[in-house]
Amino acid sequence: MRVRAGKGGSEKSMATATGRLEKYLEAYGELIALRQERDPVWLRQLREDAWARFFAKGFPTTHDEDWRFTNLAPLARTSFRRPAKGDAAIAAQEIETFRVAGAACQLVFVNGHFAPELSEVENLPKGLEICSLQRAIDCGMDGCAPEGCAPEGIEQHLGRYADVRRDVFAALNTALWEDGAYLRIRRRAVIEQPVHLLYVSAGAGAEIMTHPRTLIVAEPASQAAVIEDYVSIGDETAFSNAVTELVAGQDAVISHFLVERENLAAFNVSTLRLEQAHGTNVSSHSILLGGGLVRNNVHPVLGGEGAECLINGLFVGAGRQHMDNYMLVEHAQPQCSSRQFYNGILDGAARGVFHGRIIVHKDAQKTDAKQTNRNLLLSDNARIDTKPQLEIHADDVKCTHGATIGQIEEDQLFYLRTRGFAEAEARNTLLYAFAAECLDRMKEPAAREFAEGLIRERLHELAQSRKASAAAAPVESAAPAKVDAQSWEEVG
Amino acid sequence: MALLEIDDLHASVDGHEILKGVNLTVNAGEVHSIMGPNGSGKSTLAAVLARRETYEVTRGRILFGGKDLLEMKPEDAACQGVFLAFQYPVEIPGIGNAYFLRSAMNAIRKYRGEDELDAMDFLPLYKERLKLLEMDEKLMNRSVNEGFSGGEKKRHEILQLAMLQPKLAILDETDSGLDIDALRIVAQGMNAMRSPDRAFVVITHYQRLLNYIAPDFVHVLADGKIVRSGGAELALELEEKGYSWAEADAAQALPA
Repeated sequence: MRVRAGKGGSEKSMATATGRLEKYLEAYGELIALRQERDPVWLRQLREDAWARFFAKGFPTTHDEDWRFTNLAPLARTSFRRPAKGDAAIAAQEIETFRVAGAACQLVFVNGHFAPELSEVENLPKGLEICSLQRAIDCGMDGCAPEGCAPEGIEQHLGRYADVRRDVFAALNTALWEDGAYLRIRRRAVIEQPVHLLYVSAGAGAEIMTHPRTLIVAEPASQAAVIEDYVSIGDETAFSNAVTELVAGQDAVISHFLVERENLAAFNVSTLRLEQAHGTNVSSHSILLGGGLVRNNVHPVLGGEGAECLINGLFVGAGRQHMDNYMLVEHAQPQCSSRQFYNGILDGAARGVFHGRIIVHKDAQKTDAKQTNRNLLLSDNARIDTKPQLEIHADDVKCTHGATIGQIEEDQLFYLRTRGFAEAEARNTLLYAFAAECLDRMKEPAAREFAEGLIRERLHELAQSRKASAAAAPVESAAPAKVDAQSWEEVG
Repeated sequence: MALLEIDDLHASVDGHEILKGVNLTVNAGEVHSIMGPNGSGKSTLAAVLARRETYEVTRGRILFGGKDLLEMKPEDAACQGVFLAFQYPVEIPGIGNAYFLRSAMNAIRKYRGEDELDAMDFLPLYKERLKLLEMDEKLMNRSVNEGFSGGEKKRHEILQLAMLQPKLAILDETDSGLDIDALRIVAQGMNAMRSPDRAFVVITHYQRLLNYIAPDFVHVLADGKIVRSGGAELALELEEKGYSWAEADAAQALPA
């Protein structure tokens, strides 16, 4: 077994880093021991480099511009450990409630480990190859690859896009990932039904961490939708640090859905890296409803002419939830367009962040980039930080951004009430309309219906808890009803 | 029993008194027009009747069908049969017109203990009323008032009136900003809704609309009070002589 500490750090900084990162070092040691016989050389190298990167840098602080609004201290001070295989036994019926109606297939991971007995991969549509990433790699090593499966594609793509130098969470994932999904959509294949990847964290009697790794290779002119779904069973603290690399070949049309609906003690960091070739049309839809501390990184690189990217998101936070959305849209080639639409609803003492960064590289002429972030704050203690950041190095581009922060508009509420809607119902109707803007941008019926159900359920929960708190404190609840008519404030 | 009885109504907004003792009785089947200069309190009166909370009633009472209207929330008033056609209808992105109207109808039906309408019952009625207001069926799937022209918004208010079938319809300057066609359509829609069990309070600046709808009574509201009441001929006289005439006359007749 070989464990290397950071290449760069001075002895002093390494000492402090080691103190905080001890549990991660332990996990890395365990994993290397476990996988040294199985991982191919290129993968071992990938892990080593990433580990060195993570260990040298440690977790970012709020002094880091990319983390200004998100304090990671609660994450950094928790001692997470790797879950052992079979830590938590999950019965099939516990999974039933999480299934997506109309999905083409479903891979289930429990505490980071592939659970074939809970997965449904029979009768796959033609042109779709799907496997646990670890199995695909082991198959490749054993030479037992099933017909048509080409695990050599993994070496070509895995870890080639996620930026381990800039992003320590991507580095941590690359060093410590144990499993995840590998999808390959064959050239010209059209997969009508969405693929469901379900990542379950289930009580293991300790704070566990998982680093799910997903690789989606969409060959030229293929079409598919993938739902990556994070859920908890039980209320124990867990840390999921996921990285997904999605490589879209020429003219591929791919939709990715991220659903975060874990318990309120969960830490969830996810990074979606989209690599888009010529003429691709890729959408990322993020639906963040659960989790305690959530960081959602979406990073498309429009690396071929005429590529289009839609980045669509909704985050709904209450209580003390913290939801940080970090968008980094890179226009690297001419004639590409990107659209970002994020809506946030924050109640209680929840906090939201929208950081929308657009980089237009020197050659990316005729770029058309647009960014919109709208937020509804339902209580005086809720907070949103929204920050556009445009870096434009080309001279013939169109880039716009805008953000609004407001409350439910009193005029709209009154209008609905004069038509017979009870106040609570009018309020819910307006909230739903605001949230539903993101649904209109989802084109896959099954995925959209799934998202709609989750959003309705979450808003219903929100309404119920408002009702309960209003009943408990009638004086306090009367206050937010009076809202300034000019409640929308243009901040962008 | 009168449908609506307003007795010595005083109302203020942000501590500023706008209505200073309004008295008005409206019976079922009647059409009343309230005219008056800008700032006289016409829209405030409409808003108080629709139970807008930003207006504080400091004195007086309003009975609607014998019940205390000032005790009602906006939704209760709506369910009891009060309807306000807004001067500035509100846009609500994300809520479809058909969904909105069916929900409104069902909220009112539920309140009255009637069965809710399903889409099959609702649609034919909706289409018929769209035709009455000469509105495009495509509007059904658009969001409430979103992207409507001024005239479309006003017609949409009358469409809602025609669907919700209130006992008392208050039209707050529904005629302002309308071109000749839209005015005719709005008046036509309103006339189609006249019935012995329904009353109208039509707030307007101009005689124009009244040419189409022939009110039974005309009142002049000035500085928060009704200073003059009469028949349809009063509107013509006002058109000719202007509001200052009515106000001056009132000052003489009712010294403060």
